[in-house]
Amino acid sequence: MTATTEIDKVPQSASVPLLQADGVTMRFGGLTAVNKVSMTVNEGEILGLIGPNGAGKTTFFNCLTGLYKPTEGQVRLSGVELPPKPRAVVKAGMARTFQNIRLFANMTALENVMVGRYCRTSSGALTSILHGPKFKREEEETRTRAQELLDFVGLGDSTEHLARNMPYGNQRRLEIARALATDPKLVLLDEPTAGMNPLETRQASDLIFKIRDTGLAVVVIEHDMRFIFNLCDRVLCLVQGETLIVGTPNEVQSDPRVIEAYLGTGIDDDDDEQDTP
Amino acid sequence: MITLPQIPHTAIVRHASKAWPLGLAGAGLIIIGSLLSWSYDPQVLGDLSISVNPGGLQIMAIALALLAVILLVTDKGPLTWLGQWADTARGLRALADWTLIFMTMVVVAITFEAGGLINVQPGFWISFLGAVLLFAASRLVLPKETRNLAEALLPGWAEILVIVVLMAALLFGTAYALNLTDAWEFVLFIVFATGLVITGTRAGLLSWLGHVSLRRKRELILASFAVAFCFPLTQGGSDANMSIASQVLVFAAAAMGLNIVVGLAGLLDLGYIAFLGAGAYVGATLSTSGFATIGWKPPFLVVVLVAACFTATLGLIIGTPTLRVSGDYLAIVTLGFGEIFRLTMFNLDGNNGPDLTHGPNGIPAIPDLTFGSFNFGDTHYLLGIPLARFSNYYFLLLLLLAFIILVFHRLNTSRIGRGWVAIREDEKAAEAMGVNVFGLKLLAFATGAFLAGMAGAIKAHQDVSVTPDQYIFLESAFLLAAIVLGGMGTIVGVLIGAVILKLLPEKLRFFSDYRLLLFGLLLVLMMRFRPEGLVASRRRQLEFHEEDEELAVRVEGDIAEEVQA
Repeated sequence: MTATTEIDKVPQSASVPLLQADGVTMRFGGLTAVNKVSMTVNEGEILGLIGPNGAGKTTFFNCLTGLYKPTEGQVRLSGVELPPKPRAVVKAGMARTFQNIRLFANMTALENVMVGRYCRTSSGALTSILHGPKFKREEEETRTRAQELLDFVGLGDSTEHLARNMPYGNQRRLEIARALATDPKLVLLDEPTAGMNPLETRQASDLIFKIRDTGLAVVVIEHDMRFIFNLCDRVLCLVQGETLIVGTPNEVQSDPRVIEAYLGTGIDDDDDEQDTP
Repeated sequence: MITLPQIPHTAIVRHASKAWPLGLAGAGLIIIGSLLSWSYDPQVLGDLSISVNPGGLQIMAIALALLAVILLVTDKGPLTWLGQWADTARGLRALADWTLIFMTMVVVAITFEAGGLINVQPGFWISFLGAVLLFAASRLVLPKETRNLAEALLPGWAEILVIVVLMAALLFGTAYALNLTDAWEFVLFIVFATGLVITGTRAGLLSWLGHVSLRRKRELILASFAVAFCFPLTQGGSDANMSIASQVLVFAAAAMGLNIVVGLAGLLDLGYIAFLGAGAYVGATLSTSGFATIGWKPPFLVVVLVAACFTATLGLIIGTPTLRVSGDYLAIVTLGFGEIFRLTMFNLDGNNGPDLTHGPNGIPAIPDLTFGSFNFGDTHYLLGIPLARFSNYYFLLLLLLAFIILVFHRLNTSRIGRGWVAIREDEKAAEAMGVNVFGLKLLAFATGAFLAGMAGAIKAHQDVSVTPDQYIFLESAFLLAAIVLGGMGTIVGVLIGAVILKLLPEKLRFFSDYRLLLFGLLLVLMMRFRPEGLVASRRRQLEFHEEDEELAVRVEGDIAEEVQA
């Protein structure tokens, strides 16, 4: 079974949402970074997560992927509760990228993606040392699959380049390819277009559509509003750790509270002006 | 090498044409002088007193001069094809430096050994003048552009021939060096060899060999093992050097095992010697020694496996709680473990607990190994050459080392190896990508312990006795120093490091008092000037030079070439 077929296959059961987060709360001492946030993601959906700086978006991501153990609440993937352990979360089918790129800088592009295959292969020390049949088969599969994914994200020519030598935009793509290598059902992208120029941003949204078209669900954190409203089926807006609104891009875009959260209220502005004579 | 005030470039260009005759004259003088007598005293430095009968040091001087001639004629003579590829200018400069250092050290050696500068004969001064001329000539040679060595292709048989010749030279050189009884001669030979290697590096020979070794990996590995295998045959039945050589092999085997833990998984283990010790104690207590405390006497292959499994279990027991801490904390915990092991062995003497190890007396009189009718203590003959006790152990240890290298290499190039690199690069990201961080660390720890256990079981028989004071912290530190010096995560580097750290003190008894001081100094200098070690692993080099863009680009080129090969 090649993993391509797995990506191409659109899962059948639509009754249970793919991802269901219930009342996720994260407190650091007295500070509540995320407060009772609930979210559902359906199969094949692109969901945007927006909010001003410090709203708790990345913290929420970390809670979902097991990097943080949420103080309260639970996360279910396909109806199964996820333990707060990154490895278990990946194995269950949820992969992520990082806001500040965290590639393995001194590995080549191909090796980076091959590391992503780690959790889907199981050759142990013994078969690796003896070069047993399983080792050969898995190495071959891993390499082929990694190359496929590099082609998929448009890095097919950069296979042997060191991650640290790659241009910024390509590093973002590589991180996505590495996440896809874990055969996820859902990918979480943390600011995939941060620092990109308009052309690169458009290419990024093309890539995300392409990922969705293979049957995966995608959750995107982003600050670029045009990007997010063009891309997403639904958008969730977080403000100060709490859900402000969930809805279609149109609903969210026209909601005065969202504008207020980002720009402040008119009255506040007036106050500011009065304060600075 | 030697920093001198820079000669103005215009002056070099003006006098460049003089470099060739000057250099040839210098080389000629070195050769003529070497054929004359160097010293009045025939007793010192292997007799340099007879004319037209050059001693060892004189032959070395002639060899350096001939190499200089070759480098010189590539600019003008019939060897210009070689000059296109080799950077003869840089090579000549390094060669001239080292020839001068060599000659200077010879005069110091004669002065010390024979008692005064008066013992130096005119022949030597002629050679010395030659070395000075050569040095001057090398400064006048213009820097040159060379072609890309990756494109320097020889016919297959020629490349293999080069490998064979170099390996033969290595074998001959090692055997020669080990047979030198005089410390000064040994040091001078090391200077000579270092000069050759550095000249080769500067001239591009080493990087060409790098390209060849990519194309001819199999032949190179075979040749290396053939050389190592042939080494006892060069000793003519003498066991003195074989004793040193087999100790070097035990040390190298342990260093290679530790290299999995430190070099691949990136875990700083300061108590590794305890695993070697545990293996040795298992080997001793299960041997047929009259002092062994356990009645079970299984065949040796079983003992090796038991020892390895025992130490691996020990590794798991130590590792499970401690591998959750990282960096400095792990180093301290393993340091403590090493001490606990030593003190435990020291105290299991019947007074403080069960009498397992006879405390500080250890377990002596461990008999030699026997495989069927093959007794390791007896002298055996191969091609008519007698091979005594230590040669037998040498062959066994060579097999073990080959096995450890195989394990190291195959783990490194598997999914597990990729996982280890990912952990070293970014542990959090590795975890988030589904890499079993804790499991892989534990695996490295247990594998390292397993291999050390095997080496220890053999070491017990080779050393005849096992005592706690053989397994002190200093030994762990030395193993680690061999890895750092040679190059973390590499095979060749760690082997070189192990040889340097174990062989030099054996041959240079006179500096054994300053051993720690000198190695400490050496390590400090390495950390300052070449933190990645003598032979750098590509990945480690990148890690140590995060800012070096040029290096990254060069490495990328190497990777591309490797993929093609």
